[in-house]
Amino acid sequence: MKKKNNNIFKKIADKAYEYGFFSNVNTDIIESGLNEDVIRLISDKKGEPEWMLEFRLQAYRYWQTLKMPEWAHLKIPPIDYQAISYYADPTKKSKDNKNKEIDPELMKTFEKLGIPLEERLALSGTAVDAVMDSVSVKTTFKEELKEKGIIFCSMSEAIHEYPDLVKKYLGSVVNYRDNFFAALNSAVFSDGSFVYIPKGVRCPMELSTYFRINAANTGQFERTLIVADDNSYVSYLEGCTAPMRDENQLHAAIVEIIVCENAEVKYSTVQNWYPGNAEGEGGVYNFVTKRGDCRGNNSKLSWTQVETGSAITWKYPSCILRGDNSQGEFYSVAVTNNYQQADTGTKMIHLGRNTRSTIISKGISAGKSQNSYRGLVRVSKNADNARNYSQCDSLLLGSQCGAHTFPYMDIHNDNAVIEHEATTSKISEEQLFYCNQRGIGTEEAIGLIVNGYAKEVLNKLPMEFAIEAQKLLSVSLEGSVG
Amino acid sequence: MEKLIEIKNLHASIDGKEILKGINLIVNPGEVHAIMGPNGSGKSTLSNVLVGHPAYTVTEGEVIYKGENLLALSPEERSHAGIFLSFQYPVEIAGVSMTNFMRAAINAKREAHGEPAMSAADFLKLMREKRALVNLDSKLANRSVNEGFSGGEKKRNEIFQMAMLEPTLSILDETDSGLDIDALRIVAEGVNKLKRPETSTIVITHYQRLLDYIKPDIVHVLYNGKIVKTAGPELALELEERGYDWIKNPQ
Repeated sequence: MKKKNNNIFKKIADKAYEYGFFSNVNTDIIESGLNEDVIRLISDKKGEPEWMLEFRLQAYRYWQTLKMPEWAHLKIPPIDYQAISYYADPTKKSKDNKNKEIDPELMKTFEKLGIPLEERLALSGTAVDAVMDSVSVKTTFKEELKEKGIIFCSMSEAIHEYPDLVKKYLGSVVNYRDNFFAALNSAVFSDGSFVYIPKGVRCPMELSTYFRINAANTGQFERTLIVADDNSYVSYLEGCTAPMRDENQLHAAIVEIIVCENAEVKYSTVQNWYPGNAEGEGGVYNFVTKRGDCRGNNSKLSWTQVETGSAITWKYPSCILRGDNSQGEFYSVAVTNNYQQADTGTKMIHLGRNTRSTIISKGISAGKSQNSYRGLVRVSKNADNARNYSQCDSLLLGSQCGAHTFPYMDIHNDNAVIEHEATTSKISEEQLFYCNQRGIGTEEAIGLIVNGYAKEVLNKLPMEFAIEAQKLLSVSLEGSVG
Repeated sequence: MEKLIEIKNLHASIDGKEILKGINLIVNPGEVHAIMGPNGSGKSTLSNVLVGHPAYTVTEGEVIYKGENLLALSPEERSHAGIFLSFQYPVEIAGVSMTNFMRAAINAKREAHGEPAMSAADFLKLMREKRALVNLDSKLANRSVNEGFSGGEKKRNEIFQMAMLEPTLSILDETDSGLDIDALRIVAEGVNKLKRPETSTIVITHYQRLLDYIKPDIVHVLYNGKIVKTAGPELALELEERGYDWIKNPQ
């Protein structure tokens, strides 16, 4: 029985990563290496104003004084930051041809990823900003949204078109001094999305950004900024994939969200960066700082993430609950297989009165992977009647993987109510056999059980995303049994 | 009449320990066989081996089911071929609703038989119909598989699944254990209602009382890994009266 079991859980391995193809597009890649000249070059290529360059240089100088953090439950091989190229533009064209034709190969790439960029083919009710390597390729439905006063465009465009908004909000939630990767991103970030929802507007469609890494030996440093003004609402989705490569690629992003009075933002991620092969070679290092500031009273921010990809994930989408009655939510499913490592969770910082937060984290570990939940709930002295509910569940497949939970609580107000629940369970052979006896094959059985386990979180995703995510969960664990 | 299943000189072990030591048994279509015997005689092992539980190793002998080598089939293939085990201890599966579970089971079987998946409407209708057969509450059907079910509910749920899957050979492994008399009657009546002329049942039990409801054609006594006695239904009554000692220590 033991032997059979091991077999069952060992096979988690080599299923083909569906998005692992490479697109042969004419790409302008700058030489690898990082120094002030490189930063000036990036800024110049993007035709940025002086203040933006200053922002970058300041961050870079600070970054140089930092060391990579080592507190996470991760084994990160040394990264040679000089061996990475910090800018790759797959939309290369001559200056006077700007905003003209998009290379059909690029259009095809996104179509293959299920993200058609022609509006007539687009998923109904979803506007997309498609980012490949360092550049936004296209943003759909921009004009329709503009009619409502909604700004949805690439970060580069926002820097030119809406400098006041960008200056006001960029770095206001995640300062370049926040951490090592935040400083790096602030220095070299290339593209990402900018969203502004004006007062009283409910965004009529889902906004989404699809991040694609294509070029080799490059890093992707995207930057997303979402501002929901008073009484507004937006639901934003993010998806990510990358080609299969033997070397690791670095993705260090920052997402900042500002939620004003009575506004609500839902941010959903389906992260499927290339996780590396069954032997743990290759894959994306996903080191991301995501944070939202619920500045206004009665504001609400909800993070939902389904993390199946990346060789190493280091991310803690967080909520600063500054406004009175503001609410933060974090729903997460993180799957690790083979040699993947994830250290992910959230921070809920209660500053305002009557603030509430909910954390539901579901970790699924298979193969030889390590999956950690790390979360902080902080209640400041003035945050009267703060409430937090945390639930951290771990599901293990096989006996060679690890699940870890690191909950931190830092409570400075006596009337806070904090609840924490945690469970660890294992898919047992008896469960699988029971399914088999009823005619359900082992892989399908695991899919059923895993999706059942993650249901609470998947239900929070917008419909179409939820279906995708369900499939993704099953696929990510395919081969985990035999 | 063609045999439904023929077990020939079956030897099986778990963790290197031999439990079945040469079982011979033929079940014809339409027959109900009872297998009785004291604890540890190998009754559950026999049922587990027939459905292909991976913990057991067949060391000798063969099993022919519908003319085919049963032992060459995976557990799910045996299920698709119409073998059903009502588990002695049904396992709980958190997060998976009975509805999703049964739907996966039914459609897996249909797929194996080259049939299209059942429509949601047809499926829900079938669920309702079959639920009624064992008085299974609709609430239970919406809950996770066996989660928080009482002992009796779990057994009724087993028979409900049997009703859904319409097996040719049903093996009831101590389905009577842990049931009060009313639950026993409901379960047994459910089994009887599902009986068709071509389907067969192997009832594994310690006690006569289940056999008051599910009438066996043939009764076997399993002892120390072998069938030591085979007779008509009167054997069950005799065992009830005299216990197993006279079988264990033949005079």
